[in-house]
Amino acid sequence: MTIPDDVSGKVRKPGSRVRIRDLPIDGHYRAPHYVRNQIGRIERYCGAFPNPERLAYGEDGLPAVPLYRVRFAQRELWPGYQGSKHDTLELEVYEHWLEDCPADEKDNKDVT
Amino acid sequence: MSSGSSEGENEHQKPGASSHGHTHDHDHPVFQDDDDVSDPALIRYRAIRSLLIEKGILSADELRAAVERMESVGPHVGADIVAHAWADPAFHSRLVESPKSAVAELGYHVAEADLIIVENTPQVHNLIVCTLCSCYPRSILGQPPAWYVSRSYRTRAVREPRSVIAEFGLQISSDCEVRVHDSNADMRYLVLPMRPEGTDGWDRDRLSQLVTRDCLIGTAVPQAK
Repeated sequence: MTIPDDVSGKVRKPGSRVRIRDLPIDGHYRAPHYVRNQIGRIERYCGAFPNPERLAYGEDGLPAVPLYRVRFAQRELWPGYQGSKHDTLELEVYEHWLEDCPADEKDNKDVT
Repeated sequence: MSSGSSEGENEHQKPGASSHGHTHDHDHPVFQDDDDVSDPALIRYRAIRSLLIEKGILSADELRAAVERMESVGPHVGADIVAHAWADPAFHSRLVESPKSAVAELGYHVAEADLIIVENTPQVHNLIVCTLCSCYPRSILGQPPAWYVSRSYRTRAVREPRSVIAEFGLQISSDCEVRVHDSNADMRYLVLPMRPEGTDGWDRDRLSQLVTRDCLIGTAVPQAK
């Protein structure tokens, strides 16, 4: 994956902990509500893409926004989750929805 | 097409008899399997289509050809990709590492931003869903099945994937991780299932027959018949 100059050096590393922000974005958004305020780990960097939340309104979506796969433990996402404690969910999250999550906060132990 | 004026169509019908395959003594509208012309999306589609053609931006023939292209791909393409990966370890590696270029080797074009291959193993079973809309690797699998875009599948696949998979007739053992992939942005996903036992020596064509559309989404696994 080629990393564009404007985000090179700032790309989040696989395994690092992130929290999904709960931004007041109405209309077209790409961070589903079920992951808002949840803690996960970066699975991979996917590249930088024009922001779809701006593209949807006829803008060019530039500068391109880094996109990541983030992995969550299902038991953290859904209270009373029926299934293995090892079950996981991954989805794509744009950089502006992410914030660092220090390791001493609620740990998502089952996510590796 | 107009109907009812061709030569004496109803002349010999008795009262109560009907032209639609059964006889009864009550009236009801004739069932018409036709477009719902009041559908706002359909009205908008027709308006845009007419404008594009009238202004000479696109021809009807170009539109038809585009639909034909879209419909020429389908699960058989995904099955072919999987069969190549099973039969050729070097291709398998390239497919997982650089899916788009590996798929291009077989003559298929991934039109979406990128493709991610999620590989089933004895430890991990993958399931694909798009909770926000209906993202699907259409350029290689064609149009998604109706259930894939249903609200029920989109809401349940993320929060109770094992129940949903079980409803498709597949039990995932509790020591195997179920990993759901919400295809909510620019990536598209293809499940690479495990090659079934008892298929040693099978050629690619025979292997590809085992790979159904649902195997590529994760609601089924291939089985040697």
